[in-house]
Amino acid sequence: MTSADFQTLLPEILLSGYAMAALLVAVYSTKDKLAPTLVWATAGLFVALALYIGVGGSGERTVFNGLFTDDPFARFAKVTILLSAAAVLVMSQEYMSRRDLLRFEYPVLVTLAVVGMMVMVSAADLITLYMGLELQSLSLYVVAAMRRDSAKSSEAGLKYFVLGALSSGLLLYGASLTYGYAGTTQFAGILSTVQDGVPLGLLLGLVFMLAGLAFKVSAAPFHMWTPDVYEGSPTPVTAFFATAPKVAAMALIARLVQDAFGGVQDQWGQVLAALAVVSMFLGSVAAIGQRDIKRLMAYSSIAHMGYALIGLAVGTAYGVQATLIYMAIYVTMNVGTFAFILSMERDGRPVSDIAGLNQFAKKEPLKALAMLVLLFSLAGVPPMVGFFGKFYVLKAAVDAGMVWLAVAGAVASVIGAFYYLRIVFYMYFGAEQEPVDSRMAPVQLVMLMGVAAMMILGLVNLFGLEPIAAAAAEALVR
Amino acid sequence: MENQLLSIITFLPLVAASILALFMRGDDAAARAGAKWLALFTTGATFVISLFILFRFDPSNTGFQFVEERGWILGLSYKMGVDGISILFVMLTTFLMPITIYSCWGVETRVKEYMIAFLVLETLMLGVFCALDLVLFYLFFEAGLIPMFLIIGIWGGKDRIYAAFKFFLYTFLGSVLMLVAMIAMYMDAQTTDIVKLLTHDFGHETFGLLGIQVVGGLQTMLFLAFFASFAVKMPMWPVHTWLPDAHVQAPTAGSVVLAAILLKMGGYGFLRFSLPMFPVGADVMGPLVLWMSAIAIVYTSLVALAQTDMKKLIAYSSVAHMGYVTMGIFAVNQQGVDGAIFQMISHGFISGALFLAVGVIYDRMHTREIDAYGGLVNRMPTYALVFMFFTMANVGLPGTSGFVGEFLTLAGIFQVNTWVAAVATSGVILSAAYALWLYRRVVFGDLVKEGLRSITDMDRREKLIFAPLIAMTLILGIYPSLVIDVIGPSVAALVSDYHAALPPVAELATH
Repeated sequence: MTSADFQTLLPEILLSGYAMAALLVAVYSTKDKLAPTLVWATAGLFVALALYIGVGGSGERTVFNGLFTDDPFARFAKVTILLSAAAVLVMSQEYMSRRDLLRFEYPVLVTLAVVGMMVMVSAADLITLYMGLELQSLSLYVVAAMRRDSAKSSEAGLKYFVLGALSSGLLLYGASLTYGYAGTTQFAGILSTVQDGVPLGLLLGLVFMLAGLAFKVSAAPFHMWTPDVYEGSPTPVTAFFATAPKVAAMALIARLVQDAFGGVQDQWGQVLAALAVVSMFLGSVAAIGQRDIKRLMAYSSIAHMGYALIGLAVGTAYGVQATLIYMAIYVTMNVGTFAFILSMERDGRPVSDIAGLNQFAKKEPLKALAMLVLLFSLAGVPPMVGFFGKFYVLKAAVDAGMVWLAVAGAVASVIGAFYYLRIVFYMYFGAEQEPVDSRMAPVQLVMLMGVAAMMILGLVNLFGLEPIAAAAAEALVR
Repeated sequence: MENQLLSIITFLPLVAASILALFMRGDDAAARAGAKWLALFTTGATFVISLFILFRFDPSNTGFQFVEERGWILGLSYKMGVDGISILFVMLTTFLMPITIYSCWGVETRVKEYMIAFLVLETLMLGVFCALDLVLFYLFFEAGLIPMFLIIGIWGGKDRIYAAFKFFLYTFLGSVLMLVAMIAMYMDAQTTDIVKLLTHDFGHETFGLLGIQVVGGLQTMLFLAFFASFAVKMPMWPVHTWLPDAHVQAPTAGSVVLAAILLKMGGYGFLRFSLPMFPVGADVMGPLVLWMSAIAIVYTSLVALAQTDMKKLIAYSSVAHMGYVTMGIFAVNQQGVDGAIFQMISHGFISGALFLAVGVIYDRMHTREIDAYGGLVNRMPTYALVFMFFTMANVGLPGTSGFVGEFLTLAGIFQVNTWVAAVATSGVILSAAYALWLYRRVVFGDLVKEGLRSITDMDRREKLIFAPLIAMTLILGIYPSLVIDVIGPSVAALVSDYHAALPPVAELATH
């Protein structure tokens, strides 16, 4: 262990240290009164670290005897995770303060979850992978149950915990099988083993690990927890679930299949493709019946994970690039959408029934317009940026000769368009009824409007995302 | 400067829409009038600039003119340009938009948003006709759904929700398949530049797929995917059912744009993509398309006879007239394609005018039921005259532009497939039947309905709306060369390239 090792791990160490310090300071001082400050400080730290990683990071190195790796791919994922987590944190501060939900543990737990995610995307070893994943998951279980006096929130936390523990079990079992057949937990070692053919045991291990990870990205058929947890958790927490952890888990899948099982795409390609197709269709079809916007967003995220998985399933560098771009666009859209969902209330109580949006466009034309842009973007209708995300993954699929996957994705997007349109329908065409209030903290308004503007302006050059994602994908797929 | 002209006319309405969205406040009478005037002025200016383009356009050059190209993401390019086939669609759009805007002077609900929707729609429609990059084309093509969805859904009639959803999902499904095909084309040709794709030779070797021998290979597959999109847009029988619903529920101006311009995107797509890029696919599927067109002409004409709603009747008549267009296109000879384009331009004026004519009495009586009218000639002589003129033009009376289009397409198809021509010609009679019957029931007879006794004739604004449409219908009917001379050389090149690209019959058969 040299100083170079520690320097590579600096952001994670800094964040962990910060989390401990914040915890101590808050416990021994004014407790929850400190929480708003902590939220902003944490978000600020996230942004600073994102800048540090994004601008300062360069090259590729594997440290701690092959446990931890730092490459453009990891940096891309980390920047996305940090920025989206920061955005969600600052958006939720006003909402939670007003409802007496804001405890000082919230920013601390989010910080720890983010540390977990950063470890996940940098994992170069099954042990590191599991450590990061569990650090993230355990923090998230607690956050889901944050509203202690609400049965729904507790139920969400418990459900998430039980199913999450099951998925961790699956993952561990798969990891142990992999270790047994490969004789090592290091990705590099596994990679050299699979080059001479994949024994059945190793394949079984891979499938178990993929199943465990599919839970984390809520890909169908491992999605059951998603709608309930999304609905039951406090909305800011839902917003968090829908963004950063998804990026981390998706990046982890990419890392696992490429770093440890690269070159044998024929072994895991169909598994991911099947997950993708089932997720896209289930997410699109099941959302049609939903009346609750948080459940709807849950199914929407399931469908979106399906699209992102297409990019991974094809196994090419271009596919990984497509997935990275897709995920970056996806989290941006979700930040904007949740900024809006957070503001939906009636008589000070949060509303999540989409029928409450009736006539909304008459009351708040500008916010409705921004939401319209976001919804069409989520549906993947050009010229919104969401279309380019879909276009990238479909192109990756056709490029790799999996035309059927592209056709399935295209058809699912039509089904999916229906329920996004229905929200537009309520906002613009709905029958006479008092619409919900939309009380927005300035920061929420900035997020909503900013993201909506990005969804349109991005069509000029995607804000230069393309070459960065390409470099990240090149680093992962060799 | 000259090379940016197309971008200027395309994005000028969008700029005006942004100004309306961001800087116009309030909903009083002054603000509403301001929104209308700004929209009218912008669309008028767009028309003037497009006239300038038309005068500078050189018809004898069959390549693309006014080309502008810039780099873009994904290895795509922002490329705009027009040739003999697209220039008149651009003109049709810019010509009709001021009329459309002026026709909604009476709208008083959410005026600002209404104007924004139409301005954005104009940008997207012009973009479709000017785009010279596959994905850019798709972008404009698809994005056009959004404003139209809102126009039907917000300002539409009673069942507007159902119609808006049906419109959106139907056309969306058609176009996503096209998107996949576009990606496949990109992979095959390594470019999305339409100019380069026009000369790219897509494979046409027969291959087996799921036990079926696909004659024409890749070209047939691509053709079918594009066909799914354009046939829905056109719309062709049997995927036309969204159109009557959308028309009936859409507000008058929405119907006008839908019938006069949006439907033409399908025909334009066939001419820009299907024929020149997949000639073998088009040749394999051609007979099927021809018969679908013939069925469309006869079947929808019969359906039109049974309608009780005026707008629905005209909508079915539109489907029938679009049948002539597809028939002419897939005859792939000079007369056929010339006629198809002519028919699309002429149908733009005539169907637009017919929907406006329905709008005139709808504004007064708030019903579109044919039975609610009768004897209008007694109170509305000018209206009776205008409606008569466009009914005749719709039937295809010589001297109006409707005749030229029908005649040319029929002349074209007769050389290719006599049976289809025979069936389609019977549609001419049927169209006379439903159009004249509609006219008789609405305009002639005694004025017995109580509510009609105080109905007033067209006012000056309404007359002003119809005047340019009447003029264009007559001018093109009497002197069709105005159109034919512009499109002729490009069409001739298209047709000869098409036939040159087809492999000898013997070769296809042995594959």
